[in-house]
Order: sequence, then structure tokens, then C-alpha cells
Amino acid sequence: MLGKLILSFLPRASTPSGEPSSSENSPLPAATAPSEASPSPGASLPPGAPQKPKVSGALKEKLAHIVFFIAASICIVAVVLICFFLFANGVPAIVQIGLPEFLTGDVWRPSSGEYGIFPMILGSLYVTAGAIVLGVPIGILCAIYLSTFASRRSVRLVQPGIELLAGIPSVVYGFFGLVVLVPLIRVFFDSFFGMHIQGMSILTAAIILAIMILPTIITISKAAIDAVPESYYEGALALGAEHERCVFRVMVPAALSGIMAAIILGVGRAIGETMAVVMVVGNQTHIPDSLLDGARTLTGNIVLEMGYAADLHREALIATAVVLFVFILLINLLFNVVKRGAKI
Amino acid sequence: MHSPNTRPISVTVDLTHKTAYRPFIADADVAIQSADITPAQEAETILANLPLEPTVERIAIKHLDLFYGSFQALKDINLSIASNQITAFIGPSGCGKSTLIKSLNRMNDLIDGCRHTGAILLDGIDIDTGINVNLLRKRVGMVFQKPNPFPMNVYDNVAFGPRTHGIKGKAQLDEAVEKALVDAALFDELKDRLKENALGLSGGQQQRLCIARALAVQPEVLLMDEPTSALDPISTARIEELVVQLKEHLTIVIVTHNMQQAARISDKTAFFLLGELIEAAPTQDIFMMPQDERTADYVAGRFG
Repeated sequence: MLGKLILSFLPRASTPSGEPSSSENSPLPAATAPSEASPSPGASLPPGAPQKPKVSGALKEKLAHIVFFIAASICIVAVVLICFFLFANGVPAIVQIGLPEFLTGDVWRPSSGEYGIFPMILGSLYVTAGAIVLGVPIGILCAIYLSTFASRRSVRLVQPGIELLAGIPSVVYGFFGLVVLVPLIRVFFDSFFGMHIQGMSILTAAIILAIMILPTIITISKAAIDAVPESYYEGALALGAEHERCVFRVMVPAALSGIMAAIILGVGRAIGETMAVVMVVGNQTHIPDSLLDGARTLTGNIVLEMGYAADLHREALIATAVVLFVFILLINLLFNVVKRGAKI
Repeated sequence: MHSPNTRPISVTVDLTHKTAYRPFIADADVAIQSADITPAQEAETILANLPLEPTVERIAIKHLDLFYGSFQALKDINLSIASNQITAFIGPSGCGKSTLIKSLNRMNDLIDGCRHTGAILLDGIDIDTGINVNLLRKRVGMVFQKPNPFPMNVYDNVAFGPRTHGIKGKAQLDEAVEKALVDAALFDELKDRLKENALGLSGGQQQRLCIARALAVQPEVLLMDEPTSALDPISTARIEELVVQLKEHLTIVIVTHNMQQAARISDKTAFFLLGELIEAAPTQDIFMMPQDERTADYVAGRFG
């Protein structure tokens, strides 16, 4: 969301910075003299007033400064606005329902005025935990492989695959889950355990989410391992350690805080994912009692009912978003703490 | 240490009563395998087990040509490195001295497109074919230009090598760590800081910790690639002092940019220029009466 905001701002940001500086330079061709490193006409012209380039340079710098400042402010403004909007709309509902009833109530029945999101909180936690359990080991081992074991050729082969994985829209993941994973799980448990399940379950969502968080975990873990100074590796190698030992006893521990950061970002991604999860998780609003049971996540709750909700129901959904937001805030806080640890 | 001629050569020992003669035999550091070896064989065994005297050749470099891709970094190097001496490699940047020292424990294997012809012998064994590379690196330790302690505590840094080579017991590890730290003249400074992160030490301490870490696997040869170039003069002096102490038990090869350093601590100096070994001789000779004009120019500071 923030990224989109920044992106949508960027093209506009470059035009104002481009225009004034060029309009400023054209009356003063001397300003673009050799030192300005502009390939256009300036160089052939005789050197004009020597003071003027300095003035225009300072002005340009100031302008650039302002443009960057505005760009940065817009991010902050966006965050503050979202925060404000969420809390302003959600908190009254929480107050009206009552915080304990809202957070720990296990019945969500808006038609009879019961707004307990405990099943959804559990649903989100279970699905996320499942995704972490499945995705983190694969992601970290993949990052270690890419960074320290793989030949250049296999990196060239795997890397674009991971980038592609990151670029697949979540609805496509959901679709894949729906048409491939759900029947697969249904048939698997039916034929091996004789269980008649629907297939839409926490397990299904966790598998899909695990795949979805792989790119995040791999990319950031790999960057962390790549950033470990080569001298650590050489130092370990020079002591007679084998490659594996150098990697697992020196490089990976040295990159540990970066890897932790990757996991936390993965958690953030998993807990916030909506579309793919909604499509495969079943969305029942009861407390799930097994991995193969359906569940509803916080995000799913919002997206499923927002279309027709009104009044307190609508505000209760916004309050759900507040809870989700607080989760994300906590995760980000944790991320920052871990990242600070990385620098020491 | 006994010199060969004062050593009691126990060829007349009655081998059937070897336990009774233990004191004599132990003095000769000889393990007698069986009772049916001939006196000549036994004499040979004794000679083979003699402590190596300073003049014994530890490393021999024979006709070494080394290439990075198509660039020839070392040209027909022939050099003998004596046991329990400090051999210094000097020369201007890019002369191949670091490349050569990294060849001695095969760290150049890491570099793509690096290949060589000729041979490097460690105690007569070709290091490329005759010995496992990890075992080679255990026997030939290395200290790098920039101190590179691992981002873990002091104890784990020093214990890394012994652990790598299979020492697991806490008591044994403690002993190995303490011995290495004592040998590196660090124990008194760090004995109360063993659980502190090594990256919090000063640069000089870090480098001595790296020396301790290398010593902990009990190498026979210690390669030092400009070990003091990142350090202040006081830390440098401490390391030089340490290196001189260490040569009692070790063979040391040191690459240095600092000619005074080579003059101060080394027994033998080899001067390199553009990948060639120009001159190798006792350090005094290199600095006082170099045979080659280029050596003379370099040590006089006329280029480099």
C-alpha cells in the first residue's frame, strides 16, 4: 500500500524537479559548463559569468531537497492518515462492544449483535504459524544453497524463478490452491486415512502461504548471508574447516539476525495475506479444532463482509482491521529490534 | 633440544626388555614398534624422529608458475622455507608475494581461474596431491591482513579450530583455548573476558586473537599475510614480539610491506618483483649486501 503510494508519486516527483531546473538552465547556458557534467551545448559556449553557476547550483540543490522532502512526507502522511482513519472508525466500535468481548468472544454473529473475533485471531495465528513452520526451513535452506553452495549456473536458473514467485498475484495462488491443493488434500486424507474432509482447511492455506512467503524469506536471508564478510569464511577455511562447517557454524550464525528479520517479514506477509487465504481456508467463523478444519482469518473476515455490512457491523469490521494493524505494528517493532541487533 | 650427535642412539638396547629400558628410550623420543627390527632400521627411526633443527627444510617451492586466467602472477618460483625460522616476503604491491603465501595453504583454490604448475612440498609431500586440503590447512595456519575474528565470543573463536578437528570434551577445549591464548600472549588480558564478543576487542587484540585461533589447532607452519598493516605501532610491536617468540615452535612465513619489519624479525627474506623471485637470502644479506641491483634499489627505498 505504501509502496504503491510512493510509486504513484514518483513520476510526478520527477517532473517538477526536471522542469524548473531546465527552465533555469536555459537562460544561463554557462551554468551547464563542464563541471555540471551535462552533455548538451554548454561545453562549446565561452565561459560566462563565473558566479552564476554557483547560484543556480544552490537553487537546484534546494529544489531537489524540497522535492525529496515532499516525497518523504507523503509516506509519513499516508501512514498517519491510515492510522488515524482506522483508529477513529474502529475504536468506538470496540468501546461499544467491549474490548474483552470483542477480542475473546468466540461467537461472530452480526445478525444477533454478537461480535467476537477470537476465532479469527486464532485462524490468522494458526494459518501464519503453519506457513512459518512449512516455509521458513525451506526458505532458509534455499537461501543458504543459493548463497554458498549453488553453482553460478543454478543461481541463474533459480533466482528468476524466485522473482517470478514473488510477482504472482495472490489471487492466482488462491486459484492454484483451490483447483489443485484442495482436491489433492481431500483425496489424500480420504484414501490414506479414510477421512472425509472438505479440503478447504488451515493446512491448505498454510501450504499456499508457505509458498507465498518463500520469496520474501529467501531474498532477505540470501542478502543477509551474502553480506557476511568473505573474511569470516576464509578465516574458518584457513583453520581446516570444511565448506559445510564454515557455512553452518560461521556464515549462517553471522547472518542470523538478518535471517530472523526475514522470518519476521515473512510473518508480516503471511498474516496480512487475504485473497489466496480466503479462497482456500473455508472461512467458517468457529474455533478450528484441527489442522484439517476450516477457519476464518482476520483479513478474510473483513473482505468477506465489508461489502454488505452497515452500522456497528461495519465498524466491527474496521475494528478487526485495527487488531490486524496492531499485530503488524508489533511485528514491525520486533523487526526493528532484530535489525538493530544485526548491526552490532 | 638435543643435537643429533649428543643424542643416545640406543641400537645396543636389548629390545626384549624394552620396558626396563623405557627411561633411555623415552629420552630419545622413539616409539619402538616391534622387537624384530634391525639396529640399522632403528637408527633410521631415531633419525626420522629427531626434532627438526632450524636448518631443516619445511616447505619447498619448486618451479611454481601461477596464473589467474591468462595473467601469470608467479613465474618459476623456487624457494626453500626452513623450519623454526621466520621467512619474510617483501616486494612492491602486485609482486605476487600474497599470492605465493596463499598458495602455501591452498587458499588460492577459492579463486576462479587460478591454476598453477610446479609443486609445493610440505615435509616432502606435495600439498596438491599428497594431503587432504583441510588437514593441510590444519598444519599450515594462516593469519590475515585484516583481523577477522568470528562474530562470536572470545572462547568460541579460539575453540573453533579444535572443535573443527574433533575435540569435544569441555576440559580438553578449555585447555586448548587457554594454551592458545597463553601462546598468543593474550591470556592475561582476556581471561576474564572469554564470554565477550570478539568484535568488541581492539584491533591489536583482535589480530592476536586471530593468531591464538590459528595456534589452537597446533599448526606446524604459520602464514601471516601483512598481519600488522591494519594496526597501530604499539599493537604492531606486540605482534612482532609475539612472532619472534613463536618461531621456537613454529615455522613462520610473513608477508610484509614494511621493510623495517622484515629486517627486525625475519631470519630469511625473499624479495619479489612482478611475479618473480628476485633474491632470497638471510635477512642480513638482503639488507646489507643485496646481490641484485633491483633488490638494492628496493631496500634502499628507491622504488616501491
